[in-house]
Order: sequence, then C-alpha cells, then structure tokens
Amino acid sequence: MSEAIENARTFLRPSKKLPTVWCGGCGLGILMSAMTRALARLGVEKNDVAVVSGIGCTGRLPTYVDFNTLHTTHGRGLAFATGVKLARPKLTVIAAMGDGDALAIGGNHFIHACRRNIDMTAIVANNHIYGMTGGQYSPTTPHGKRGTTAPYGNVEHDFDVAALAAGAGATFVARSSVYHAQELDRLIEKAVLHKGFSVVEAVSNCYTSYGRLNKHASPVDMLRWMKENSVPVGKAETMEPWELEGKFTRGVIVERELPEFIEAYDDLAERLTTSPSAVERVKSILKSFDETAERLNAKAE
Amino acid sequence: MTDPKADGGTTEMQVFQGNEASALGGLAGGVTFFAGYPITPSSEIAEMMSQALPLAGGRFIQMEDEIASIAAIIGASLAGSKTMTATSGPGFSLMQENLGFAAIAEIPITIVNVQRAGPSTGLPTQPAQMDIQQTRWGTHGDHSIIALAPSTVLECFTMTIDCVNLAERFRTPTVLLMDEVIGHMRETVVLPRPGSYEIVERRAPDPGTEDYCPFDCDEVAPLASFGSEHRFHVTGLTHDKRGFPTMVADEVDRKIRRIVDKIEDAADDLADYEEFMTEDADVLLFAYGSTARVAKSSVRALRGEGVKAGLLRAKTIWPFSTKRLRELAGDLRLIVVPEMNLGQLVLEVERGVCGEVPVRHLGRVDGHLFEPDDITGFVLKEAGR
Repeated sequence: MSEAIENARTFLRPSKKLPTVWCGGCGLGILMSAMTRALARLGVEKNDVAVVSGIGCTGRLPTYVDFNTLHTTHGRGLAFATGVKLARPKLTVIAAMGDGDALAIGGNHFIHACRRNIDMTAIVANNHIYGMTGGQYSPTTPHGKRGTTAPYGNVEHDFDVAALAAGAGATFVARSSVYHAQELDRLIEKAVLHKGFSVVEAVSNCYTSYGRLNKHASPVDMLRWMKENSVPVGKAETMEPWELEGKFTRGVIVERELPEFIEAYDDLAERLTTSPSAVERVKSILKSFDETAERLNAKAE
Repeated sequence: MTDPKADGGTTEMQVFQGNEASALGGLAGGVTFFAGYPITPSSEIAEMMSQALPLAGGRFIQMEDEIASIAAIIGASLAGSKTMTATSGPGFSLMQENLGFAAIAEIPITIVNVQRAGPSTGLPTQPAQMDIQQTRWGTHGDHSIIALAPSTVLECFTMTIDCVNLAERFRTPTVLLMDEVIGHMRETVVLPRPGSYEIVERRAPDPGTEDYCPFDCDEVAPLASFGSEHRFHVTGLTHDKRGFPTMVADEVDRKIRRIVDKIEDAADDLADYEEFMTEDADVLLFAYGSTARVAKSSVRALRGEGVKAGLLRAKTIWPFSTKRLRELAGDLRLIVVPEMNLGQLVLEVERGVCGEVPVRHLGRVDGHLFEPDDITGFVLKEAGR
C-alpha cells in the first residue's frame, strides 16, 4: 500500500461514524476516497483544511473526514465557505456538493463563486438525481430520463456542469468520474493547488434512485456506462460533435490565471494605507476611533 | 449593557445618522468581517463597512443575496472573526433559515435589521416595527434569540456593541431592531471613547485541551475557531456534544432545551429599560424604538391633562422579560402599547400582566411615525377622560 493511501486513511474520522449513510454501490465513497488521497499527496495538515457542504447525500461527506468540517443548509455551502476562507485565508477550503445542492438551490452561489475567484475548491458530485429525498429529477437529469417526479421522462434539459462553471468564470475546471478514481484524485489535487476558484465535477452514480428508474442493471452497469461514454479532453478535440453526443469529456477543461480575490483585496488595502486621501476619508469616518483601528490592525497582525 | 456615560470619557460632539452609528458600533465592538447585500433603508451600513474595514484590518464582501450574506458571516465567525450583516424586511426574511442554523450550531453573529413596512416589498423608504415577532419566530423550530431596539442614534452605536458582545457571550445570533427613522435620522452625539465600554471576547478552549467538547458540556461551551488546534464538526442536524448528528432522544431533547434556556433563563438579566415618570404612574405607556420617543412627548402632554402617565421603554425586546412590568402592574389601571404594527410586542405585555391590568394596543401601519397627539388622544379615550 502506498504512503499516500496510508495517509489518506488517517484523514477518516476514527470515532465517527462509519459506515456511511451511503447505499451499497454509491459512488460517493469513491469520491471521498479520491479527495483524501489528493490531500494526502499534498501533505496537508488536518488543522489547515476545512471541508464544507450543503444538504443531501454529498452533504454528509464532511461528517466522515477528520478536518474542520461544516455541514450547512441546502445549497449554501459555497456561501459559508466564502466566509470561512475570507476570515482565515491560510485554510485550504473545499466545498463538496451534489448536483441538486450546487446547481438548483445553490446555483446562484455557484456562479458567483466562479466569478469571484476566491482560492477554494468546489467538488460537484453529479449523480443526475436527488438521491436522499428519493430520486426526484435534478438540474443534471438528462432530457427524457426518469425521476420520481419525472415518471414519464424529464421534459427539461440538463446543465453541463463544467461548461456552466467555465462560462461563469471559474479559473480551473475539471471533470472525471468515480469509475476513473485515480484520474479523479489527480484532478482534485490539481484543483486544490490552483490559485483561485476551482471546480471539479465528479460524475457519480446513484443506483438506488437513478439506476433503478433508468434501467441500469446494477451499480457496476453504471460504472461501465461512465467508462464507455466518456472521452479524454484531448481526444474529444479531434472528434466531431455527433461523435460526442451523449458522452462527457474528462480532464482539465479550463486552467487560466486571474488575480485571486483575497490577494487582490489585501493588495488594495495595503495601497489604501499609503493613500493620504483614502486614509483621510476613513479617518473622518472613524474620527474618534483611531484606537479601535489600531486595535483592529494589531489583531490582524 | 454599554453605558455611554461610563468613566473613561467621551469624544467630541459629532453628527451621525443611525446607520452610520451602527456601523461604527460594529467596528468599535470588534467586527472584522462584514458580508451584506444592498437593501433600503440599511445600505449605508454596508457602504461604511466597505470603506472602513480594509483600512481597519478586516474584510468586506458584497454577496449575491441575503441568504449568502448571513451564510458568509456564519462561516467567518466559525473561523474566528466577529461578524455582522445589515438588512431590512425582505432580506431579513431570506436570512431566516440560516439564522436558525446559527442558533442550533451556536455560532455568534449580529444582524442589523433596519425595519421598513411590509409585508413583501411594502414601503422600502418608510419606518415600521413589523418584524418583532419574525425576529423571535421567523426561523422554523424551537430556539431563542436576543434582540435590542435603539431609540436614538447614540444607542445605534452602543447597542450594536452590545449585540456583538451578547452574540459572543451566548454563542447565538443577535439582532439589532432599528427602524427606518432611527436609521436615517441625524443626531448630535458624543460617542464613548474606546476603553470606556466592555468588549466581550469569545471564550475559546484552553490551548492543549484534549478531547475538546464544542456543545452541551456547558450551558455555553467554549468555541474553537476553524484553523486552530481543535477540529470539530458543525451541522444544522440535531447533534451530540461532539457536534455529530444524533437521533438519540435524550441528546436531542437536551440540545434543544439548552439553546432555548441559555437565553430565556437570562431574560431578567438582559432586560434593559428607560423609565420616565413611572414612580407614581397609574397609566403606563409601553414602547420601544422610534415610537418610544413620541410616547415620551405624550407622557408630558398627559401629565398636563392631569393623567398620571409614565413610560416604560424596552431596550431589550428578546428575550422578553416580564419582571419589571409585573412590579409596576400593581399600581396601574391601564397599559397602552403603541407600535408601528397591528399588535406584536403587545402580546408579550398581555402575557406578562396576565389580565391584572387592561392592555390596549394602538397600531399604525401607514409608513408614518405616530404624532404625540395620536397617542395622547388614544390614552385619554381609553382612560375614560
């Protein structure tokens, strides 16, 4: 067993609360394992990582990992994570979300997080369904596929998660699947290393809800679907659009540089302190609060 | 509560509006992180914070909505900052779910709600006191809350400090219930100097504590910051003393009772009033916020009419203490509660005096302040004059 895998195991909480709530055959365990392997290879300290989530099956992920963990309200994980990161930038912040959590109820937070470019990582486990509530159709349920609230097939059209993130301005976007477990951990590693907001879409499987409603014979059948219907990004570039119909691309989809929010904010603050007009304006606000400002400054240091 | 006349001196005379004074109170109270979303009539608070925080060693962010704003300040508080947001009715409605999260996860935050008339978009630029019961019961599930209501610009400053202090002391969300008039009114104020008022710092676990217990081991357990040496789990699910989800009946029961009791048991301690001519009063006006300023004029007018009127102005709205009301009730023949709503805090006054004294409500919901004559005339009629 490699050292990274050994270390990854130490990132699981010893006292709580395994086994997980996840069904047998669920892809989320593979995703959690990929995440811990990525963090182990990066050599993080447990105290320096915060894992934030919203509600749903993926929302339970923080319960099992031995970091600073925050299980929030439905769809709001990224908004909580924003506060955690801004208050303590040294933390490596990862928000783990399902497709309904990230893109339906949390869709607004998702696009704005992409736009702001705060240095944290969003992992979207995309199993194309609301699993915990029993299989209702989600923003990524493909057109025509079934959910318990789409009993005759989905009338709506699905989001392409990676394209959405790219369009909203994320500076790192990657996608893989729980079948491609090792590729997935490499991509999560890259995403965490990226300076800025990074998104990793992990195509996952919910056999219990999605699989049974959509004629997949078993969890293995769903993993096989991922294997047979995904194309590496490089290869996809050589293919015609009709050849990619019904398939998803894997690999790094966007990687670009843009000033990171906190660095930009702190640079601005630094410049303001040497700008007489800005200092005067704030002094006129604070007037009698020079001592407060000093105290705040001292605290920040 | 913060006393502006405390030893340690005051600053020079200045002119502020209530919203500016509240922002200054936040800074004075130690707020280093503010997340907000523009909404009338509170936006000046966010504007002032955006100007001051980068120079005061803090950070400001404008989020995509009020749901995200309260989420961000909860996250930042958990990472060790004192935090605050400001909003008004519609935004406060959007914050309710996460307000409940802060209550059950016991994370200190302060929300300034500059009340405007509702429901819905209502009257964005005009005052109301319509969020009194929403503040107490707006989020789902049993919980408690601390809310203060200023009547003056100076109190916008001192009570924002109090809200930040109480949030830290009780590990709970606190709400400053301003209204549009107090928020936008400009008054000459002399602010207390830093050092002359108490600043409460969060109780953290001692360094080196093994087996840190973030919940239920104490009425208000110490709160470790994310990024410190104490890792723990935080969830909005009902949780055990370690923070992990539980459905064990005893643990659930203990948790919910404690987050209510830690605040409700302190109600008499937290109660704060201004009393005006109550010594010999047999008619009591019970009021708060900008309405109380008008009620004071009415007390004077009623005295001129030979009515022995007095004013009990509540500064603490929640938790509601009935103690002082009950002490006064024996000498009273009438209590009048004027509010810019159709009857909200009056329900607590009625419960407090348990039918011993007739309680009459005077409501105004047209977006305007009471005139002194409105209250005076109502009292004269109700008092049988």
